[in-house]
Amino acid sequence: MIVELGHFALILAFCVAVCQAIVPLLGAWRRHYGWMSVGRSAALVQFPLVAFAMAALMYAYIVSDFSVINVIQNSHTDKPLLYKITGVWGNHEGSMLLWVFMLALCGGAVALFSGNLPPALQARVLSVQGMIGVGFLAFILLTSNPFLRAVMPPENGNGLNPILQDPGLAFHPPFLYLGYVGFSVSFAFAVAALIDGRVDAAWARWVRPWALASWCALTVGIAMGSWWAYYTLGWGGWWFWDPVENASFMPWLAGTALIHSAIVVEKRDALKSWTILLAIITFSLSLVGTFLVRSGVLTSVHAFAVDPSRGMFILLLLVASIGGSLTLYAVRAPSLQSGGLFAPVSREGALVLNNLLLATGAATVLLGTLYPLFIDVIGGDKLTVGPPFFNKTFVPLMVPVLAAVAAGPLLAWKRGDLLGALQRLWLAFAAAILVAVAGLYLTSGGPVLAILGLGLAAWTALGALVEWAERIKLFRVKPGDSWKRAVHLPRAAHGMTLAHLGLAISVAGIAATAFEREQLSVVRIGDSIQLAEFTVTLDKVERQPGPNFVADDATVTVRRNGVIEAVMHPQRRFFELQQQTTTETAIRTSLLADLYIALGEPDQNGGWTIRAYWKPLISWIWFGALVMAFGGMVSLSDRRWRVGVAARARMNAKLQAAAGD
Amino acid sequence: MLRKVAYLLPVLVFAALAAYFALGLRPDRDPHLLPSALIDKPSPDFTLPELNGDGKLSLAGLHGQVVVVNFFASWCVPCRVEHPLLMRLAEQEHIALYGIAYKDNVQDTRRILTQLGDPYRSIGVDRDGRTGFDYGVYGVPETYVIDKNGRIRKRFVGPLAADAVNNELLPLLQELNKS
Amino acid sequence: MKRFAAALLLALSFAGGASAVEPTERLSDPALESRARAISQGLRCLVCQNESIDESGADLAHDVRVLLRERIAAGDSDDKATAFIVSRYGDFVLLNPPVKPATYVLWFGPPALLVIAMGGLILGRRRRAAAQEVPLSADERQALARLMQESEQ
Repeated sequence: MIVELGHFALILAFCVAVCQAIVPLLGAWRRHYGWMSVGRSAALVQFPLVAFAMAALMYAYIVSDFSVINVIQNSHTDKPLLYKITGVWGNHEGSMLLWVFMLALCGGAVALFSGNLPPALQARVLSVQGMIGVGFLAFILLTSNPFLRAVMPPENGNGLNPILQDPGLAFHPPFLYLGYVGFSVSFAFAVAALIDGRVDAAWARWVRPWALASWCALTVGIAMGSWWAYYTLGWGGWWFWDPVENASFMPWLAGTALIHSAIVVEKRDALKSWTILLAIITFSLSLVGTFLVRSGVLTSVHAFAVDPSRGMFILLLLVASIGGSLTLYAVRAPSLQSGGLFAPVSREGALVLNNLLLATGAATVLLGTLYPLFIDVIGGDKLTVGPPFFNKTFVPLMVPVLAAVAAGPLLAWKRGDLLGALQRLWLAFAAAILVAVAGLYLTSGGPVLAILGLGLAAWTALGALVEWAERIKLFRVKPGDSWKRAVHLPRAAHGMTLAHLGLAISVAGIAATAFEREQLSVVRIGDSIQLAEFTVTLDKVERQPGPNFVADDATVTVRRNGVIEAVMHPQRRFFELQQQTTTETAIRTSLLADLYIALGEPDQNGGWTIRAYWKPLISWIWFGALVMAFGGMVSLSDRRWRVGVAARARMNAKLQAAAGD
Repeated sequence: MLRKVAYLLPVLVFAALAAYFALGLRPDRDPHLLPSALIDKPSPDFTLPELNGDGKLSLAGLHGQVVVVNFFASWCVPCRVEHPLLMRLAEQEHIALYGIAYKDNVQDTRRILTQLGDPYRSIGVDRDGRTGFDYGVYGVPETYVIDKNGRIRKRFVGPLAADAVNNELLPLLQELNKS
Repeated sequence: MKRFAAALLLALSFAGGASAVEPTERLSDPALESRARAISQGLRCLVCQNESIDESGADLAHDVRVLLRERIAAGDSDDKATAFIVSRYGDFVLLNPPVKPATYVLWFGPPALLVIAMGGLILGRRRRAAAQEVPLSADERQALARLMQESEQ
């Protein structure tokens, strides 16, 4: 019964979405306020409906209702409760429902938190959101319905892929989807602005918090996925340039460009049509990612069940949404007035450089991801585009980005003084050199590129700190005054410093992967192996029962100079139902390095394969991402987003009037 | 004018992309299937012990005839799917079908062939998969067509389907046998 | 994550089990072994899609690792050992696509894009500057400075 109600709620949500798409748009066109306000009500109704559908499916999983096909295919009574719940989005149908849930959440949030928007703009934004909802709800109901019943309910289900039975599944997809789908709001704002024919500082001020919030969620989502791969794979890989990873990385790159270019629109009324285009592209890349994962046109390690009819449906949705919005862009964007001029060396110039490089980076990832498909479709040889390609093309693009991150914020708007900025960065430069020299010395001339990466990270980090210190006049006025300045500094400024610091931390972690040590041996009980300055001893291996698996649990003692540093328990888990083995690695994280131990197969002579790694700074990769996202959230909490928006916009308008003629 | 065109660029790029996606979705395209690197190249040499008897199955021994070489294994489930078709090819079409037991245990291979019937003229035992590697086999079953001069002309990956046999394999064999 | 799921979808059979490079496969000479590792990190495991044979637990990846080490131990150069694998499986196994006419767009596309975008930017700037350059009067400049100062606070 509850399942049918969930299905029914989803159909109702579809009907409401149709309303939300059509009525407010007509209202904005005819200047009919009653019709415009339908958008808000519809968005506020749609969210509980979709949430109920989600809850209904979750309920079917929790009670193991094996009359539902989706539950049969992905669940089992023996599965722990956590994975019964998270298993809801561990498959195509359920994850699409999560997607639509996030969309309805964003629509509801726009309806709730954008009361200060001009009614016509709000109506158009919600209408565009409604259109996206119509498309994807139709997709679920017609091709991927999770509520279908089985004719003959079986005794038990097929279970969930053991690799997905991990706490990572609880957090990674929701954050990722919140990020993907969150960009639909900036997309909707862009389309609404194109219909309206007007983009100004106020528009940028409204759109930027939404873009920023989605960017934070996407940052966290990607970082969690990468960390999940790191601890489950058994050898510590964390990024593979796999098509599905790229599908999440491209919107991130475009979104990063977007949150920067929107600043220029807001402060200087320039780059308007480019920012609109970026807002469209960012969400379009999310949609393209959805298509790539679910249509089966590319081979990827993360595969959903493949069905060409679904692929065709999503492709039609892409043509309608991306094709439609870009056509609108081609028609309306040329009439957007371009605003203030600026010299190449200026804050705007630095942000343009940032956008140029990030956009080229996103295009490079797109090209690399799709190239095998292109070659295949035109009948050429099959080929593979793997990590070496991205390392050679994408990474060099990011070097100037990092170099500019430190200098950009020190440049003035309109016309900056590069030499002056660089002089103020002498400390950052000295730190970079110091780090590089120390690195070269410590590794006796080791991997040069990695050392350059570390130097670049130091430069970026110190650059961000120098800029922050200048703002509060640290060491130049009394500490108390500096503190007062820091308190009064807008949160957005603190946020930027944090985000740039986070970037530097991640870059350092990535660069340091070149220094990792690996020790791979067959070890008997009681024997030891040497890893960097550690002695790793295999004490025992015991068989332990789990809820739906049997584990071989190893006790490994790590000593440094004879002193016990850690006792770790890597496991191998065998899942009877799926006849599949997974590795549970044991990781001891510290600020400076991870000890990473995985238990491999036993041999005939009582030995066990042990993979032990010493990975310096590796946790910085994800910690840096969290700092970035935290910086974004600090910036989001800036009260200027909420109060004084109108006054601020008026002042900007005055400013432009003065600057324009 | 140029400015207007610049604004059209994004939608044009997307149109091209969408067209590629549509082509990529054609149902007959399977991104998992790989072409052989050895098409129209001399087929790699091999000399394998025969499954039945003490003789050897070697490439040299096949010279001068058009042969179909099928890599299979008893542990391979899809091989059972194509097995009835192989039986038909051997019995009704009288094609020169040779088998290579890929990474399989001799007893298991014998048992499965006793159960299902043996369509092969002769079977080589490729215990360590070395011959399979030389041919670029990446999963069983795979089927190769080798012409009279010992060149590989075609590879089928995965279980042979009736369609592929009627539309591709048999016409190709006919053509090769004529020349 | 779902690293093995793709393999399950294929209508082919693969044997599998272990994970990544195994201790027993390694060459005793560390120099040769590190060469073999480097090469195998650039070779794609055919059955697992987008994983290198060094990372993959598939049976076929194991075979290729072993055969590759045989060639290295027999004294093949890196290029020759790689060619040995490529001659059997084609360019498809190379994670680093070779530069050839079919991949010119892939390899030279990104730098070309950057150059074109920069060129477009410079052109657009010049045109706009030419169209809009009207110097501010002294009064305007003063008003502007005042406003800028206000906005900064």
